[in-house]
Amino acid sequence: MKVLVAVKRVVDANVKIRVKPDQTGVDLSNVKMAINPFDEIAVEEALRLKESNQASEVVVVSIGQANTQEQLRSALAMGADRAIQVQLPADHSDELTSLTVAKLLKAVVDQEQPELVILGKQSIDSDNNQTGQMLAAITNRAQGTFASEIKIDQGVLNVTREIDGGLQEVALNLPAVVTTDLRLNEPRYASLPNIMKAKRKPLDIIEAVSLGINLAPSITTVAVIEPAAREAGIIVPDVATLIEKLSAEQGVI
Amino acid sequence: MAILVCAEYQGQQLNMASLQALSAAKDIKAHTATDLVVLLASSDEALLSAAQSIEGVDQVIGFSGDTSALSLAENLAPTIVSIIKSSDISHLVSAATTQAKNVLPRVAGLMDVAQISEITSVVDQETFVRPIYAGNALATVRSSDQLKVITVRSSAFEAADTQGGSASLSIHSDIVDSGLSSFIGETLVKSDRPELASADVIISGGRGMQNGDNFSLLENVADTLGAAVGASRAAVDAGFVSNDMQVGQTGKIVAPNLYIAVGISGAIQHLAGMKDSKVIVAINKDDEAPIFNVADYGVVADLFDVLPELNQQLSDRN
Ligand SMILES: Cc1cc2nc3c(=O)[nH]c(=O)nc-3n(C[C@H](O)[C@H](O)[C@H](O)COP(=O)(O)OP(=O)(O)OC[C@H]3O[C@@H](n4cnc5c(N)ncnc54)[C@H](O)[C@@H]3O)c2cc1C
Ligand SMILES: Nc1ncnc2c1ncn2[C@@H]1O[C@H](COP(=O)(O)O)[C@@H](O)[C@H]1O
Repeated sequence: MKVLVAVKRVVDANVKIRVKPDQTGVDLSNVKMAINPFDEIAVEEALRLKESNQASEVVVVSIGQANTQEQLRSALAMGADRAIQVQLPADHSDELTSLTVAKLLKAVVDQEQPELVILGKQSIDSDNNQTGQMLAAITNRAQGTFASEIKIDQGVLNVTREIDGGLQEVALNLPAVVTTDLRLNEPRYASLPNIMKAKRKPLDIIEAVSLGINLAPSITTVAVIEPAAREAGIIVPDVATLIEKLSAEQGVI
Repeated sequence: MAILVCAEYQGQQLNMASLQALSAAKDIKAHTATDLVVLLASSDEALLSAAQSIEGVDQVIGFSGDTSALSLAENLAPTIVSIIKSSDISHLVSAATTQAKNVLPRVAGLMDVAQISEITSVVDQETFVRPIYAGNALATVRSSDQLKVITVRSSAFEAADTQGGSASLSIHSDIVDSGLSSFIGETLVKSDRPELASADVIISGGRGMQNGDNFSLLENVADTLGAAVGASRAAVDAGFVSNDMQVGQTGKIVAPNLYIAVGISGAIQHLAGMKDSKVIVAINKDDEAPIFNVADYGVVADLFDVLPELNQQLSDRN
């Protein structure tokens, strides 16, 4: 079984971002970038499938500019077998919608024919939570979103999903699409020897324009602003004062 | 033209989040003057009639027969698509529940349109505001798609009035069963406390709680205040409490009148889920914890001293 994992280059989760003063977006210059944390979990899950002999090959794919190869190399250093970069035109500056990402991924899926595609549930920059579901829709595959456990049993994929009220279990026919939630696993760190080895692993580049998919977004950003900041309040000396403030001053208890 | 709102329910009750999403749909309607249609994946007459009574709703679409197949996105999405294609729908709207997050992008994919996730306000019928980067930026975005697929951050909207409407009812009998997947089961966490999404008061615990048993200290206070109990990711990951309690960027987004964070440091991802609360209280022994930067009232002390005292004094007031 071949597993394809989608990996997105995003701002590191620990970075406190700044909005550009001209309101055109978020300032990403000189900011630490990383694999989207949910995608690290996706890579880890694929590697575990391979290590338990349930998967034969782990291929990672990322859509972006040349610098997204850094994240692909990180995924290769974790243990993925090979990588595919879908190269956007150098002058492409608009953010892709999740639909466009899903269409570009579909082109890769058509070419690679993986039985399982694993994506993160959500990019921590756009906070969209859409791509996996859209990819499943346009490839007419079953989807197991927000997965906290997956098990393959005789050609059926059992997925435990984190839902608002608790947990849900579904069985998916393969081929399928899975999106990861936080509890699926704890991703490994790449060792130094593996980082060195990753430099020699195959990384193919596909030009996005060669795939015949319209890259122009149907959603445009009008403005990006900083939300109103909350002011730090006061430290109260004791519980009695706290209760007094919450009841008499705020009326919330 | 019509705005189609996918509503959800639990037992015989319409979800509060869906009523809040309906208010967002009404804001859109104010710019387009079209019909407001509510879709309920149910054949329960009492539920459908409750939806008909919601103020401002023009039409309710329900189903006949066994609707259990509709719990799966692989079936509900194409069923919604057939409804969209047979009517003239300009907007598909739903509260950003895990169910809608699962289903709406699949509908959007099938309809070949983009989706706008978790809007917090409506500028006009094609322009919306939504938080990005864990709520550290607010983007105003405009969609040029024929059909606009939108999920709504419920906490940003008041619930629509459940009374005063007299919508017509139409029953849909075609339920698509794609055969791609099947439902095995659910483990739903039962609690007599209010739901996180609609509670007026929430008390949440983090890694500082040390273990699941200690959450009883929070539950005592919650019961005294009639509050819901939440948690940080660290508390869920460590197995103290169940996943449905996680508040944050990738968990539940809440905005109660009062949020009490106990033994929670205040990471960006946690703040993303609660910083729109009206009043925030932080109880933490580290006076440098970032949670104090957003708290209206801070108690710098050991939570194991503060929680029993807090519960005692609150009980004495009652
Ligand atoms: C992709 C991604 C998504 C995430 N999504 C979420 C999310 O949705 N929600 C979320 O919460 N987090 C999320 N996180 C995790 C987040 O970054 C933090 O790791 C997490 O919120 C920390 O939880 P905590 O505050 O409970 O733990 P810690 O940061 O360890 O803080 C524990 C606090 O307890 C205090 N404390 C300890 N003992 C006591 C005591 N006896 N009395 C008083 N105070 C005490 C300490 O001083 C400390 O401040 C996410 C992270 C990533 C990368
Ligand atoms: N540019 C991209 N390249 C590769 N994968 C992506 C890209 N954008 C999104 N994804 C995948 O889709 C998931 C969900 O993204 P989103 O729908 O943007 O929240 C991510 O966790 C990735 O696995």
